[in-house]
Amino acid sequence: MTLSAQSMTQAEGGVEPIVELEHVSIYYGESRAVQDVSMAVRPNTVTALIGASGCGKTTLLRSLNRMHDLTKGARVEGRVLFEGQDIYDRSVDPVAVRRVIGMVFQKPNPFPTMTVYDNVVAGLKLAGRQRRGRLDEVVERSLRQAALWDEVKDRLHSPATGLSGGQQQRLCIARSLAVDPAVLLMDEPTSALDPQATARIEELLAELKKDVTIVIVTHNMQQAGRVSDWTAFMHLGELVEQGPTDQIFTRPQMELTERYISGHFG
Amino acid sequence: MTGSLLGGHGRARRRRRRVTDMVATAMIVLAALIVMTPLVLVLVYLVGRGIGSIDLAFFTQLPAPAGESGGGVAQAVVGTLELLALASVIGLVIGIGTGVFVAEYPGHPLVPTVRLLSDALIGVPAIVMGIVAYALLVVPLRHFNGLSGGVSLGLIMIPYVVRATDEVMRLVPDVVREAGFALGLPRWRVIVQIVIPSAASGIVTGAMLAMARVAGEAAPLLFTAFGNQYWNFDPLKPVAALPLVIYTYSISPYDSWHRIASAASLVLVVFVLLTTLLTRFVFARRTR
Repeated sequence: MTLSAQSMTQAEGGVEPIVELEHVSIYYGESRAVQDVSMAVRPNTVTALIGASGCGKTTLLRSLNRMHDLTKGARVEGRVLFEGQDIYDRSVDPVAVRRVIGMVFQKPNPFPTMTVYDNVVAGLKLAGRQRRGRLDEVVERSLRQAALWDEVKDRLHSPATGLSGGQQQRLCIARSLAVDPAVLLMDEPTSALDPQATARIEELLAELKKDVTIVIVTHNMQQAGRVSDWTAFMHLGELVEQGPTDQIFTRPQMELTERYISGHFG
Repeated sequence: MTGSLLGGHGRARRRRRRVTDMVATAMIVLAALIVMTPLVLVLVYLVGRGIGSIDLAFFTQLPAPAGESGGGVAQAVVGTLELLALASVIGLVIGIGTGVFVAEYPGHPLVPTVRLLSDALIGVPAIVMGIVAYALLVVPLRHFNGLSGGVSLGLIMIPYVVRATDEVMRLVPDVVREAGFALGLPRWRVIVQIVIPSAASGIVTGAMLAMARVAGEAAPLLFTAFGNQYWNFDPLKPVAALPLVIYTYSISPYDSWHRIASAASLVLVVFVLLTTLLTRFVFARRTR
């Protein structure tokens, strides 16, 4: 929690990067999936990682909250700094990292045995603290932030699996927000959703970035253009080009970027 | 390939296909019927022979001496439940624990060995488990006892419970685990509070089936629980069991005892059937 509190103060400053990658390479066994990526993520912005399938953008995203620790054979080199502290340092507990840097996945993955309410508070309750009254507040706040409150307020105690796909994904966003993260990683959060549900989540991002910093992987270039402030284009595991989104989309410096965003491959 | 997709084949070939289809269908239907036959025959036979001996006294009274009418096998009904309770404590605690371990720690160097040995254990004859329990608990105590019977049945249960737990836990999608980790939950909480509840119905089904599997075992009990004609609630003394009643009464020369053996068999078969059906019924709906 102290990490999170710090992040809030720095976020208000709005200058220092909240997350920095220094020469990050990621391996699965012998094969290298991401090669020497360096970039900075500024607080209260949306950063989009774009690129063709298999270019390493999801792999890179998962290195930002140590999800690779769970994958056998995966190895991360280089440094990932959160507010100046290397999250891969031996003194750092990966569980604490994930508490501050949350993640939303490609497919909605609510906990199947839990109600809507229990899903939202899972991170708080399973961590074994918080009183009931406080939990109720958190549930309402998180669901409102995820623009889901009005749709589910009358069925908080019914199974989460009864919601539609788009609602489930917003529930997963609410669940991540409930633990009050400083950074939210989103791995193609709308790829399993229909256009309307996608539009709702895109609208949501603009609101959310007032409170959290967002890094989003997306296949959809229009989406990257609409929602992000900063765009990084990856190709075959390398970061080809990064910059302010409008610049990447209107005046890319590299020919490869130009060809990708104009739809010549990918 | 000649002709169109639908009508291009010769009439002879079409007929041959239809015949092949009919023959194959008939054969698999026959196989399915053969599978059901033994159970139906056993039930018909046992109901015919045994149902007449099943009354309230069967479940409430001790055995009457040979030649006397009346009496029951109450001590064996209760004894079987006692043995199953003992067996479950051992079989479920060790079995579920091991199953969780092999399913949730796939990278651990011990896992392949544990999984292999556990599967091999399924093939070990029940009577051998009885010998193990005999060596562990009967020899040191110098007399037969119910505890050793429960242990032998528990040992038989373990590999079934391990396999069932392992399989259903691995059915829980990894994305569900990742969701837990991404919330900053430590691994043990993800396992205990997210994965196990998601797999609970399957684990319970596996546990019930393992109990049903050992409920009818006689061989390992012959020289462990031993059987008892009287009430005994001390697990360190010999304990009665329905399979032992079936065995002893079947090899006796008295026709009245033979009928009781059939009745006891019927009770066991119905118990196992009900357990199986009940778990199917209850959890088929919940897992969807």
